[in-house]
Amino acid sequence: MKYETVIGLEVHTELKTESKIFCGCSTRFGAEQNTNVCPVCLGLPGVLPVLNEKVVEFAIRTGLALNCTIAPFSKFDRKNYYYPDLPKNFQTSQYDLPIAINGYLDIAVNGETKRIGITRVHMEEDAGKLVHAGTIAKSDYALVDYNRTGVPLLEIVSEPDIRSPEEAKAYLEKLKTILQYIDVSDCKMEEGSLRCDANISLRPAGSTKLGTKTEIKNLNSFRSVQRGLEYEVLRQTEVLEEGGRIIQETRSWDENRGITVSLRSKEHAHDYRYFPEPDLIPIVTDEKRIQAIRESLPELPDARKARLMRDYGLSGYDAEVITASRAMADFFDAAVSLGSDPKATANWLMGDMSRMLNAAGLSVEEAPVTPAKLAGLLALISKGTISGKIAKTVFEQMWETGKDAETIVTEQGMVQISDEGAIIAVIDAVIAANPQSVADYRAGKEQALGFLVGQVMKQTKGRANPQLANKLLKERI
Amino acid sequence: MSLYAKTIRELNDKLKQKEISAVEIVEAALRRIDAVETRIGAFRTVTSDSALAQAKAVDAKIGRGEPISPLAGIPGAIKDNICTFGVPTTCGSKILAQFVPPYNATVMDRLAAKDAVIIGKTNMDEFAMGSSTENSAFGTTRNPWHTAYVPGGSSGGSAAAVAAGEAIWALGSDTGGSIRQPAAYCGVVGLKPTYGRVSRYGLVAYASSLDQIGPITRDVTDCALVLNAIAGYDPQDSTSVKADAPDFTAALAAGVKGLKVGIPREYFSPGLSDNVRAAAQDAIKRLTAQGAEIIEVSMPHTEYALSAYYLIATAEASSNLARYDGVGYGHRGSGNDIIAMYKKTRTEGFGEEVRRRIMLGTYALSSGYYDAYYLKALKVRTLVKRDFDRAFEQVDVLLTPTTPTQAFRVGEKVNDPLAMYLEDVLTVPINLAGIPAISVPCGLADGMPVGVQFIGKPLDEATILRAAYALEQSGEWQNRIAPAGEV
Amino acid sequence: MKITRKDVEHVALLSRLEMGEAESEKFTGQLNAILDYVEVLNKVDTTGIEPTAHVLPLKNIMRPDETRPSLPRDLALANAPEQEDGYFKVPKIMEG
Repeated sequence: MKYETVIGLEVHTELKTESKIFCGCSTRFGAEQNTNVCPVCLGLPGVLPVLNEKVVEFAIRTGLALNCTIAPFSKFDRKNYYYPDLPKNFQTSQYDLPIAINGYLDIAVNGETKRIGITRVHMEEDAGKLVHAGTIAKSDYALVDYNRTGVPLLEIVSEPDIRSPEEAKAYLEKLKTILQYIDVSDCKMEEGSLRCDANISLRPAGSTKLGTKTEIKNLNSFRSVQRGLEYEVLRQTEVLEEGGRIIQETRSWDENRGITVSLRSKEHAHDYRYFPEPDLIPIVTDEKRIQAIRESLPELPDARKARLMRDYGLSGYDAEVITASRAMADFFDAAVSLGSDPKATANWLMGDMSRMLNAAGLSVEEAPVTPAKLAGLLALISKGTISGKIAKTVFEQMWETGKDAETIVTEQGMVQISDEGAIIAVIDAVIAANPQSVADYRAGKEQALGFLVGQVMKQTKGRANPQLANKLLKERI
Repeated sequence: MSLYAKTIRELNDKLKQKEISAVEIVEAALRRIDAVETRIGAFRTVTSDSALAQAKAVDAKIGRGEPISPLAGIPGAIKDNICTFGVPTTCGSKILAQFVPPYNATVMDRLAAKDAVIIGKTNMDEFAMGSSTENSAFGTTRNPWHTAYVPGGSSGGSAAAVAAGEAIWALGSDTGGSIRQPAAYCGVVGLKPTYGRVSRYGLVAYASSLDQIGPITRDVTDCALVLNAIAGYDPQDSTSVKADAPDFTAALAAGVKGLKVGIPREYFSPGLSDNVRAAAQDAIKRLTAQGAEIIEVSMPHTEYALSAYYLIATAEASSNLARYDGVGYGHRGSGNDIIAMYKKTRTEGFGEEVRRRIMLGTYALSSGYYDAYYLKALKVRTLVKRDFDRAFEQVDVLLTPTTPTQAFRVGEKVNDPLAMYLEDVLTVPINLAGIPAISVPCGLADGMPVGVQFIGKPLDEATILRAAYALEQSGEWQNRIAPAGEV
Repeated sequence: MKITRKDVEHVALLSRLEMGEAESEKFTGQLNAILDYVEVLNKVDTTGIEPTAHVLPLKNIMRPDETRPSLPRDLALANAPEQEDGYFKVPKIMEG
């Protein structure tokens, strides 16, 4: 039988606030264990939470960027369960009245746009970190670090609109882009500031009834989202093909073994016993505040991509790549506003710039070549001061020295030779030194000309204007 | 009269007149503790050294001619569920037997700012769950009027300490009557402020939507003085009310002429003892004599309040007490894996009543029962609150007995949880509505105190204090020290 | 509604409490007595009545996003039953 895959994603993202959601402890990642803790986030007897206003602002920003309705009345609830990373043994979260509901985001799959529904966005506190001696199954004790406890999280839940692991990855990438655009999260999957769980089920193609789902946890990179879900599709297909039944359960993706494994619960039914958090006061949001936050949102990726295509004639692909990161798109806009040719700018960003960033492991903001410097380089090319080929060398030197293009070109005498006399002198020498090639060309071998031009460029250390050299060479032979 | 038997106001006057020193007051209280504590058992911890040091600092201040606050140098006792930096805070529970808070409750910081002296931490029903102080893991506190009787609870240690002269004033906490009921049983004044009037930051939670810290004192004036020191907005408590706390002593003596006093008929049900009924009627008579207008009112949902209270309080408690798991602090039982450790810790660490309430609350919130129990209780809470709103359209304060009966004997109700819960029937509606109420002594009957309760509008502690003051001044009960087992 | 022994044992598990035979029997009886008592709530018509989770008419109580000093680590760990290398130490964790 042919099956259709049905996936919904639950994404947790840590918000980039200074302080935790309910206390004044720092949210800084990487501090020594149990140093960013206080009575409140340690859940000591007698403490009370006070909500960080920035968390609400970020949650509303996110809700609006994901086309959600912002709840006029929202509240916190307690989700009760025992786990040692949770000092109070309840998580302060939101249950029936989340801050934002009913949104969507669009993803591009196989050149087409597909809309994925967002069920809800809610605020909650993160849990602490457990360190196990060896593996969780084998160690006989665990160590607990509460630094992360109380770091603000948003949980973003999608509708089961995703139909393949590739779509799941595209959804997650798009979500990350949006969260970075609106500047609410660093979205560093490797630091755990973006985490993903998936609900996945199969159903016979054409059926509208949902099959039994499994929940996949520990999908902690874009790669593992795709691989984990691909594995789970295969596993469920096999079970169904063999006439078996899918068991509703939680499974964990094991990156090393490349499989999902069942997390058999010793305590059977979970019963979270949600109830309104009596220590926190409801959040009431009026239209005025929503409007003010809406107006503060930056241009979002989809709108920006459309503008780049419309105003600068970029291809859909180029515009997609440039706008996939807000920093890259900002770089692009800055360079173009300084007079750079949009298409050339895009090519440089997607080519040499991306290559150098990857090699150095830097983000766009950290690049030693700024928009102004790239614009300077492109201006030298368009004026004919340097050739495109020399420009690559100049770019590398700009990267290494931080100097601007003009300085490098001047210091090293890289200015293009466009003086016909000077070029002719070189051409004549090349002709004299390569009689065979000259003869070949005359006999109709077009490739020979390329060799001769190459020789001219070599003699001038690449500085001869290539078009001019080509033209003059043809005339002289 | 020994210094320990005086009121805050009297002692403050003597300090200002330099007739006595703060050290002398504290020494008098410590001697009294030495004399009676073995029979009363009001304290968990007596902080003699720090109390004397605080007193010395106050004496130095007086010596320098600096002004002092009304509480300066006056020793008070703190219920052992209010966190005190560096001083054990056990909540009457084995699970917190070794717990030493690394922080102060907001009320402790406020008291320190007023130079109040803290003489110790008082015994209580474990996690404030109980009405007799028999549920403490560290022994039962006795009623200073007769040591075969309970002092009430859960703030039984605080009420007994004040009644016995071991402290001049005390703080208790009140979730369903835990200040007012022991105050009534011990013949002292106890006030539960409006929910949000006093910061809960640092009060170990029993039921967060109902808990309030309040004063226990020997007369109404002292009650106002202590409330002055602890009331006010606290940014660390999201449920703290952003309202200026007035000087609660200002209008005490304004009298009750023309004051509309409501008598809710449902609070005078057949369950009242004769002594209690007579005391309340005596109070009505005395208020009438002073020109108060007595108006009978009806509050039809009163009989449902206790049920709603027990469901809401235990539901919140089941979650609040989940944190006692042997991981970060407190008792840890042995277990090879985390779940075994949790179970051992909690079963060993909690007493039976606490476990019973955790079970009830967990059940009330659990899947399939939430709507029938917890949600239903929250809706009934709305109706109970509306009863008060309606009554206060007609009257300024309500007057009721504080408890259906007087103090009962130690051991009388320990095996009947429901009978113990019924002790709170006249006090819990006030917590559900979040409004203020004060219990004030109304004489002795058969040798044991009786109290009556004034209930006020939200944030209108001033009016119930004024009514209580008028009642106090018209009777013979002002600042009485219990014999504390001295025969 | 009657609470059964099985319910009591399930609730004990949710509450992380041990529940021996005798105690489970006793608690079942006592909880049933309490639940019988609270049955009185079913006499109240609460149709259209909003639940009261908070008595205060407050909204939007928040604090600015500012850091405050954390506890020194030795104080944070001072009450820990067991600790190691600045961590709280707990017995092995079963998944669940």
